[in-house]
Amino acid sequence: MSKRLSKTQDNAVYAGVWLACFAPLAWLAWRGFSGDLGANPIETLIRQLGVWGLRLLLVGLVITPAARILRKPRLVRFRRTIGLFAFAYVTLHLFSYIGIDLFFDFGQLWKDILKRPFITLGMLAFVLLIPLAVTSTNGWVIRMGRAAWQRLHWLIYLIVPLGVAHYYLLVKADHRPPLVYGAVFLALMGWRVWELRKRAQQTPA
Amino acid sequence: MLIRHAPDLTDNDVTDPGVYLQRRTLMAGLAGLGLAGFAGQANAALTYTKGFSTTEKPTPRKDVTTYNNFYEFGVDKGDPAEKSDRFKPRPWTVRIDGACEAPRTVGIEDLIAGNKLEERIYRMRCVEGWSMVIPWVGFPLKDLLASVKPTSKAKYVAFETVRRPSEMPGQGWNTLDWPYVEGLRIDEAMHPLTLMAVGLYGDVLPNQNGAPLRLVVPWKYGFKGGKSIVRITLTEKPPATAWNKLAPREYGFYANVNPAVDHPRWSQATERRLGEFRRRETLPFNGYGEWVADLYRGMDLKRFY
Ligand code: HEM
Repeated sequence: MSKRLSKTQDNAVYAGVWLACFAPLAWLAWRGFSGDLGANPIETLIRQLGVWGLRLLLVGLVITPAARILRKPRLVRFRRTIGLFAFAYVTLHLFSYIGIDLFFDFGQLWKDILKRPFITLGMLAFVLLIPLAVTSTNGWVIRMGRAAWQRLHWLIYLIVPLGVAHYYLLVKADHRPPLVYGAVFLALMGWRVWELRKRAQQTPA
Repeated sequence: MLIRHAPDLTDNDVTDPGVYLQRRTLMAGLAGLGLAGFAGQANAALTYTKGFSTTEKPTPRKDVTTYNNFYEFGVDKGDPAEKSDRFKPRPWTVRIDGACEAPRTVGIEDLIAGNKLEERIYRMRCVEGWSMVIPWVGFPLKDLLASVKPTSKAKYVAFETVRRPSEMPGQGWNTLDWPYVEGLRIDEAMHPLTLMAVGLYGDVLPNQNGAPLRLVVPWKYGFKGGKSIVRITLTEKPPATAWNKLAPREYGFYANVNPAVDHPRWSQATERRLGEFRRRETLPFNGYGEWVADLYRGMDLKRFY
């Protein structure tokens, strides 16, 4: 067993995780204010927010395997922070699309959702994320009961591939980047399947 | 065909003779010092008159030269500016052949010296939904085509971009089927607005913008403008073009700017002019309908997109 951290050390680690999640946003804001987002700043902003949302969703899925493999079960306490940050990035991604790109043209948004598969999938992923964000508090875990809460949060296994598909569909020619994210997702799922099998074998029937 | 009255044509006069002469003397001076080679390098000024232009404010040079789609150098907008320094646009020759009586191979310096260069400030609308206003320097493609005497079999024109994976890192991966080929119908190619550009903002074309020679067809989406062209072929059949081969439903052969025909994945009704906050309406034929709509009379532009 690893040595327990003191309360201050624990807080310091926590602050580090929080800052790491916040850094891309701060960096984006800084570049925005100093006019360093390139010739098409609005596009850069929307894309960066989307990509960081997806990355954090994947980091959230890395936590459980990492905790098991590294035998550091307390890593799991970071999952909620990371998940909520992912939600924040995706929400800002959606808001900058609606607010800056479409300039609150909700008619156009609705048309996009119906007509453009990449928006349809993105929107679906976002809508599915909402209940996860809402039920992220301890209160909700107790209210729902562990098992039901856990089952609800399995939605993430649908949300992440929807996000990857959303990315894949908007790429014009070079599909490598979304495929890399998709491969990371599959690897993480592969580990889970492997782990489940192993456990099933270990528990006698 | 003559370009009739042009409402957005501002300054049809020749360049201020002072400027013109200065450039001439500068070039002559450099040549005299044995620095003629220098005059052919990036940022070397060209000598030109002012031609058909929009009055709209040109997009800053920095944006025009750092935000590019030129997949030969990579798929990110910044790649062409960042990853094109190994590319050698000189010496350069272009082969013009196919259905013509006098096929020829011509060097870039001869093309520049042998044609009357004009500055044309054109709108450029990308199929992705953004636009720029770009001061090109070049000459009408029709002058070049006339020089090889096209035969009656010449119905289309194919433009082939150079293939040099050692100098163009994006060609190391088959994002598109290299070499990049674009094409026009012969009447589109002979239209006086269709330009062969050799310069930008008064200087020789930078690598990232298609050096040393590129096509500019202002009423079509930007991808129709082949860059770093090594071969122009007159053909009887429409050439197979790069984007059309990749996704025929998304990128048609004509690719005329048309707000009424959406790309399957996004709307073409509006565009973001770089530097502007709100999107603006996209104009049919990118605002050049008055001069080019006749080319498509009677055609169903929803079908021939
Ligand atoms: C879980 C939800 C979502 C995730 C993970 C996600 C992720 C992404 C990613 C990774 C990109 C590509 C970034 C790049 O090219 O570098 C992207 C682009 C984009 N997303 Fe999302 N997205 C989500 C939801 C949405 C929603 C709800 C909308 C709008 C209704 C939306 C609209 C867009 C748009 C407009 C682009 C940029 C397209 C372009 O610039 O051509 N996304 N998103």
